[in-house]
Amino acid sequence: MVVFFRTWALGIKSLMLHPLRSGLTVLGILIGVAAVIWLLAFGEGISREAQKQIEGLGAENILVRSVKPPSEATANQRGAIPYGLTREEFDTLVQTIPTIKSAIPIREMRRQIRYQGRLIDGRLVGCTPEYAEVTRLEIDRGMFLTDDHQRHKQSVCVLAANVAERLFPYEDPIGRRVYLADHTDYYVVVGVLRPKNATAAIGGSLDAQDFSNDMYIPISTCRQRIGDIVVNRGSGTFSGEILQLNQITFRVNGIDNVMRTADLIKETLKSHDRKQDVAVIVPQELLEQAKTTRLMFMVLMGFIAGISLLVGGIGIMNIMLATVTERTREIGIRRALGARRTDIVRQFLIETVSLSVVGGATGIGIGLLCPYMVGWVRDFAFRNWAEVMNSLPAVVKSVEPHIVPLSIPLAFSVSVVVGVLFGIYPAIRAAQMDPIEALRHE
Amino acid sequence: MNIACRATELTKEYVLKGETVRALRGVSFDVPEGDYVAIMGPSGSGKSTLLNLLGCLDRPTLGNLFLGDKDVAKMNDDQLSNIRATRIGFVFQSYNLIQQLTVVENIEVPLYYQGRASSASRKRCKYLAEMVGLGDRLGHRPTQLSGGQQQRVAIARSLVNDPYFILADEPTGNLDSNTTLEILNLFAELNKNGKTIILVTHEDEVARHTKRIVRLRDGLIQSDTRN
Ligand SMILES: Nc1ncnc2c1ncn2[C@@H]1O[C@H](COP(=O)(O)OP(=O)(O)OP(=O)(O)O)[C@@H](O)[C@H]1O
Ligand SMILES: [Mg+2]
Repeated sequence: MVVFFRTWALGIKSLMLHPLRSGLTVLGILIGVAAVIWLLAFGEGISREAQKQIEGLGAENILVRSVKPPSEATANQRGAIPYGLTREEFDTLVQTIPTIKSAIPIREMRRQIRYQGRLIDGRLVGCTPEYAEVTRLEIDRGMFLTDDHQRHKQSVCVLAANVAERLFPYEDPIGRRVYLADHTDYYVVVGVLRPKNATAAIGGSLDAQDFSNDMYIPISTCRQRIGDIVVNRGSGTFSGEILQLNQITFRVNGIDNVMRTADLIKETLKSHDRKQDVAVIVPQELLEQAKTTRLMFMVLMGFIAGISLLVGGIGIMNIMLATVTERTREIGIRRALGARRTDIVRQFLIETVSLSVVGGATGIGIGLLCPYMVGWVRDFAFRNWAEVMNSLPAVVKSVEPHIVPLSIPLAFSVSVVVGVLFGIYPAIRAAQMDPIEALRHE
Repeated sequence: MNIACRATELTKEYVLKGETVRALRGVSFDVPEGDYVAIMGPSGSGKSTLLNLLGCLDRPTLGNLFLGDKDVAKMNDDQLSNIRATRIGFVFQSYNLIQQLTVVENIEVPLYYQGRASSASRKRCKYLAEMVGLGDRLGHRPTQLSGGQQQRVAIARSLVNDPYFILADEPTGNLDSNTTLEILNLFAELNKNGKTIILVTHEDEVARHTKRIVRLRDGLIQSDTRN
């Protein structure tokens, strides 16, 4: 025990002969270990985010969306052509598939919303009352659309927080009338929502959704007032589209029935296959995919971190080889004074392991700071380079690294292993030296 | 009288690029306990080679070498290390102290490879340092000492494991005549107290202080005389 302690103390002393050199070696391991923790934390953060988003869609839900066919496909046709989901299909689906608990038809379009002099670009969403629950919208003031509104095709609307704030900076919007830009019809505001975070795009079929500029009206009202034909005026041209429903959100009775129901829905909508103007999104399926992706991501991150540890290890080996050459004389002296080969191996191994353990421990410390540091750096960047930061993808802006507990013992043991692995060769080289030769070394 | 070491027909050959260099060609002699031997001879005659064999740093190609009652000629590396740690004291021309250690720590090194380093052994190291006249330099490092002082530390170190004999390869080769005398006086005193000493030297002046002179020439003993 005493001997071990002495050897260790001696190792530290020898390392302290070259503080800068030892420091740089430690840095190599430190970066490697911190990288393991950071990369795994980022991987975990991103996949949790994705998982949350998908779970936000609801594991019991199935989303069917109309997809605008690519313009080449319709280029040779004059005027607008109808595409996407129809109300007829909606009715068929609801009536023929018994496992569907509820279904929400949704119609969305870009519209300018006006109140007195103020005008904003918004998204008009025609939907049913269940929409709020399924999309997890929260009411701030007033109420969401009701069955009554729906049944009587009333001219009412609910505004997203941002819309309400910008159209009514000074007044209470409840009971006021807002207008769509080129219509004379008005809609009475019955409710205002709490702010809601945008969702990121999931897979290829579901775009990112920004709920901040929404205005919700009953879909029955939407059909009566606006209809299916939508004309978009561009500069000098116009394009129209004929579309009955943008999306149907189905809720299935029981998670076990989701996949079966999804198959039935796809079967029913087979006629869209050729035009590819309908996409069926099954969050549960995405969840499964996300799990696989997560695993792959972790492996990749681990691989990258492993490479940086390897580089750190090579650094250790390099330094130890130099040290061994430099201390050939010392090795000779120790051998002459009775050190066995194993004593020499142990001495040098203790030094490398000390380096890697110190590197590992500080690396873990810095690794644990990751979530805070990401926060500071992001805040700092947003304050100083707001434009650049805003142009970055949403993941970069919002990802919260999440330390994977296992990564700490993992990183630590890996750093020790690296120390032993890369220290063993120089140590053995030291031990294999002929004591007489070593003594003669200048 | 007990024998500290007995060499019979010691032969050492080095093979260099297919050519055999015969550094020792059958050297036999006894060293009784308490003897003080100078090994002399021209450069290349095999003095250091012989000393390395006596010190168990190397194995003879042929012949036997008894230290006490053990034949070390056939021992493996670990056994030789163990003999060096417990039974042999080395003093080198260039002192060979370990730079990162203090005076006491340097003296302690051999104990450490017998697994005997402890607080009691610390005491012994301090005592030895005092004995060689460095009681006030215990915490100094080799670079803070003169050549003569460093050689004193080395001598104290060679005594710490209570060896069969002290082997010194030109211990005064780097020292001026005054310091040489001091070191030789130290050796004489140790010898008077019963330590066996074998030293290699070029200088008759140094050899004069010993009890016996062995002269080598081309790997053979040329003469073996008592002063
Ligand atoms: N490792 C070795 N490999 C090959 N030949 C060696 C080796 N060591 C010594 N020799 C040879 O053995 C012979 C004796 O060498 P040794 O070092 O014993 O001489 P020495 O008497 O100590 O000389 P000096 O007085 O110069 O120190 C020399 O011819 C030398 O070249
Ligand atoms: Mg020599």
